[in-house]
Amino acid sequence: MSFVDIGSLSDIPRQGARLVRTHLGCVAVFRTATDQVFALEDRCPHKGGPLSEGIVHGDRVTCPLHNWVFDMNTGAAEGADEGVVRTFAVRVEQGRVLIDASLLSRSAA
Amino acid sequence: MSASAIPPGLAPVPSAAVQSGKTRLVVIGAGMASGRMLEHLLEAAPDRFDVTLFNAEPRGNYNRLMLSPVLSGEKTYEEIVTHDDGWYAAQGITCRFGEAVTRIDRAARTVHTASGETPYDALVIGTGSAPFIIPVPGKDLPGVVTYRDLEDTNAMIDAGVAGKNAVVIGGGLLGLEAAAGMAARGAKVTVIHLMGHLMERQLDPAAGYLLQRDLERRGIKVHCKGATKAILGDGKAEAVLLEDGTTYPADLVCMAVGIRPETRIATDAGLEVERGIVVDDALRTSDPHIFALGECVEHCGQVFGLVAPLYDQAKTLARTLMKEDAVFAPVQTATKLKVTGCDLFSAGDFADGPDREDIVFRDPGRGIYKRLVLKDDRIIGVVMYGDTADGNWFYGLLKDAADISGTRDTLIFGPAAGKADPLAAVAALPPEAEICGCNGVSKGAIVGAVQGGACTLDAIRTCTKASASCGTCTGLVEQLMKLTLGDDFAAPAPAGMCKCTDHSHEDVRRLIKSMELKSIPAVMQELGWKTVGGCHSCRPALNFYLLADWPLEYQDDRQSRFVNERNHANIQKDGTYSVVPRMWGGVTTSAELRAIADAADKYDVPMVKVTGGQRIDLLGVKKEDLPAMWADLNDAGMVSGHAYSKGLRTVKTCVGSEFCRFGTQDSTGLGIRLEKLLWGTWTPHKVKLGVSGCPRNCAEATCKDIGIVCVESGFQVSVAGAAGMEVKATELIATVPTEDEAVEVTTAFIQLYREHAKYLDRPYKWVPKVGLDWVIAQVVDDVENRRALVQRFEISQSVYRKDPWAEHAQPEEHKKWAPMADLSLEAAE
Ligand code: SRM
Ligand SMILES: Cc1cc2nc3c(=O)[nH]c(=O)nc-3n(C[C@H](O)[C@H](O)[C@H](O)COP(=O)(O)OP(=O)(O)OC[C@H]3O[C@@H](n4cnc5c(N)ncnc54)[C@H](O)[C@@H]3O)c2cc1C
Ligand code: SF4
Ligand code: FES
Repeated sequence: MSFVDIGSLSDIPRQGARLVRTHLGCVAVFRTATDQVFALEDRCPHKGGPLSEGIVHGDRVTCPLHNWVFDMNTGAAEGADEGVVRTFAVRVEQGRVLIDASLLSRSAA
Repeated sequence: MSASAIPPGLAPVPSAAVQSGKTRLVVIGAGMASGRMLEHLLEAAPDRFDVTLFNAEPRGNYNRLMLSPVLSGEKTYEEIVTHDDGWYAAQGITCRFGEAVTRIDRAARTVHTASGETPYDALVIGTGSAPFIIPVPGKDLPGVVTYRDLEDTNAMIDAGVAGKNAVVIGGGLLGLEAAAGMAARGAKVTVIHLMGHLMERQLDPAAGYLLQRDLERRGIKVHCKGATKAILGDGKAEAVLLEDGTTYPADLVCMAVGIRPETRIATDAGLEVERGIVVDDALRTSDPHIFALGECVEHCGQVFGLVAPLYDQAKTLARTLMKEDAVFAPVQTATKLKVTGCDLFSAGDFADGPDREDIVFRDPGRGIYKRLVLKDDRIIGVVMYGDTADGNWFYGLLKDAADISGTRDTLIFGPAAGKADPLAAVAALPPEAEICGCNGVSKGAIVGAVQGGACTLDAIRTCTKASASCGTCTGLVEQLMKLTLGDDFAAPAPAGMCKCTDHSHEDVRRLIKSMELKSIPAVMQELGWKTVGGCHSCRPALNFYLLADWPLEYQDDRQSRFVNERNHANIQKDGTYSVVPRMWGGVTTSAELRAIADAADKYDVPMVKVTGGQRIDLLGVKKEDLPAMWADLNDAGMVSGHAYSKGLRTVKTCVGSEFCRFGTQDSTGLGIRLEKLLWGTWTPHKVKLGVSGCPRNCAEATCKDIGIVCVESGFQVSVAGAAGMEVKATELIATVPTEDEAVEVTTAFIQLYREHAKYLDRPYKWVPKVGLDWVIAQVVDDVENRRALVQRFEISQSVYRKDPWAEHAQPEEHKKWAPMADLSLEAAE
């Protein structure tokens, strides 16, 4: 899999997220308290809430609109709620954040 | 200088070695890594090498790790020497100490120093690292030191720091050892650390908190999130200035912000160098005659900062030099801190990640925190503080990648897990053992009370006082009850704040005050949180409790706030935001209205609406437009209306005596005065006020959180109304003759609410819990208490009465509100 540089890890607040615009819509790139990064589609499967604005706790994020909680590793909703958000490969190398390069392509599916 | 060192100018005759048939081995740097390598090499092949050892330091090998005990005075330099003159002589090593290698001539296979050249058949570079110096003004002033070698250590000792101010920049391993060492010599030490908690590369926030607490207990001040701006001083260091404006006086500044591999001579010689000198598995550089090891190398993208992997390198390189096949494979390393009384252990990877789970154990009473990070039933990370006895056992399991699925339930209790039954531990206590430290209640007294019929926690609290104060012994008391009552004991269902803790909101608030807990990690550790970092439900509550109780000490944690308070705007169902400028007391001007209209046009606002709170809402604004729009509104003199906050919202007013024929007092003026006094404050839930000029009550004051109704004789202040999900009239707490008193009672009520209410309780929910009479006693009858409440409110407002828009509308902030990258613009491929 090839990766593309989207910026510096320090651009993302700890326990926060930043957006990346793609042909697929916005992707939220999260940074945890321990500097792990995750990339999830920025649309809650419930009613489309922007997950990038949720509270990040451990490797979970809580949707800001109605508090569904998602496991950022799998994108799956926890507890009684059912739904999965798309996740994308992302990693950090020497302080730079790299994301799945297929997001560059218009036909990424 | 070592007796066996050759005086400068007397270069050894190279041909001797050639004639003897030995390999001429030149080693640059007498460090921990090369020293160990020479031991292995000369033990295995005493006669094959003719070794020349250069060292920039004017001495041979010593144990660099032990500089910290030298600094603190626990050891002398002589005690940490690892290879003395006798050893070098016995090995036949030619020592060139105090002589730095300045150049490598690869074509001629020679190294150059100030006194000439030396040929080699094989060359080993072991130059270690150099301290990183942050490029701030004043970095070169006398009195600014780094911490790497004996010279640095002696510089700190010779500065005679006793009684003086020392500042250490950098709260990592080296910085903290420097700080503890100088503190041991009597210095007043402050540590400035850029990140949110100490040793963030080795510790998580909980362990970092405990470490900070222990250091502070021994008088070392710690300033986290502090970025150094300059070192100030006239001819020598005198103070350190931070970006946030804080200055710390400093007679001595120790910079310990990190290291970078010492690669200069390798780079100049054209060897392949990335962050470090690139070596292969056999520790060969890009030149087959040159080898490298230690902190100066980079192996498979990794550089090194601890000694354990360097010893493995030493073994490998010795074999490589003997032409044996050897492969260096780095293993996980463990970190400890050599500061007496700060017991920590860290190994492996403790980041959150795919399929990882945590096992957490906290013993708040003894300041213990242990966390294991598991993946696929294997330990991949260990962080421990306070009790690290089992550290090496866990570390062994980690290195062996041992499957722990069978022992998972008791794993955290260590190898002695079988004995970890908490009931057994309590059963073993003697009757006189103290269970409740606050009230001095013994095990015997509690067991006696249970046998005497007290079979609920409340009953025990009433008849023995055990667990009735700080509450941290509640768990122990419950275990004693279980032990005494057996199956008859039903543990009370936890009414905790959330799944992270069994403590109720009220308990947590009380304990934050009584135990003086001043950070989120402090609360989580001391109150035994069951999760690592809390959740979306407890974090905002804790953030509020802490900022309400410690306005001057606590730093607001933006990431623990709900989106609206983080972005200072109400999020809408489609992810856009609404913007509501303050309109003091509902009064506006044509200029403000024009600025609002301009902003609506400029940013394509889909809807402009008059709110139920007497002001104007611009709905449907895009996130990235927020800062610019705020800047425009700021320019027109408007500030955030906090329409999104758990804080002061609006003060609704009527026209009052200024215009109305029935008005008894200036209700508009009083409303504006109150709004200007109260705005910016954070409260457990939102707070709305109304001020009506007469009992006709056109401002609907009597269904607000606080309502003031003006009458001929003065002001009726009433509280705890509601007109949302419930509708409820306010209850009168005071009728006062002057406006000043009305303001004072109102302010005192808000502060009382801030100090005591549970997060997300509006006053109409909170007041019945504590009783209206108590509230009246606190804010009306007891005038002294009222004034004290007002004073505490003002202290808090000195920090929080500020416009968040102005902060975030700065041009350099704008880009943080926009996407970090736009891949939809990039060409595919
Ligand atoms: C904009 C406004 C409606 C309007 O168009 O007039 C409004 C809009 C919202 N109200 Fe309200 N309330 C507004 C006046 C009121 C009033 C009337 C008033 O203030 O005089 C009330 C009844 C009084 C009260 O506060 O109880 C009111 C009672 C509520 C409640 C119920 C609170 C309760 O304890 O019962 C909520 C829910 C909550 O806060 O948990 C709520 C929550 C909300 C939220 C913030 C819902 C949310 O969490 O997203 C709405 C934001 C919409 C948005 O997307 O911007 N809003 N809301 C009013 C803004 C007033 C202002 O200028 O700040
Ligand atoms: C105060 C302190 C405490 C530490 N505590 C710990 C700890 O608790 N645990 C742990 O694992 N690690 C600790 N370390 C780190 C550990 O000391 C290093 O990892 C280790 O010393 C690195 O070994 P090295 O051989 O690569 O380099 P060094 O030991 O630094 O040796 C390199 C030598 O090369 C010399 N040199 C450099 N350039 C030249 C040149 N051009 N010509 C000639 N000579 C040159 C230098 O003068 C130096 O003597 C600590 C370090 C310090 C400073
Ligand atoms: S009443 Fe308030 S919360 Fe309900 S839809 Fe209207 S604005 Fe939203
Ligand atoms: S839209 Fe995410 S929880 Fe409703």
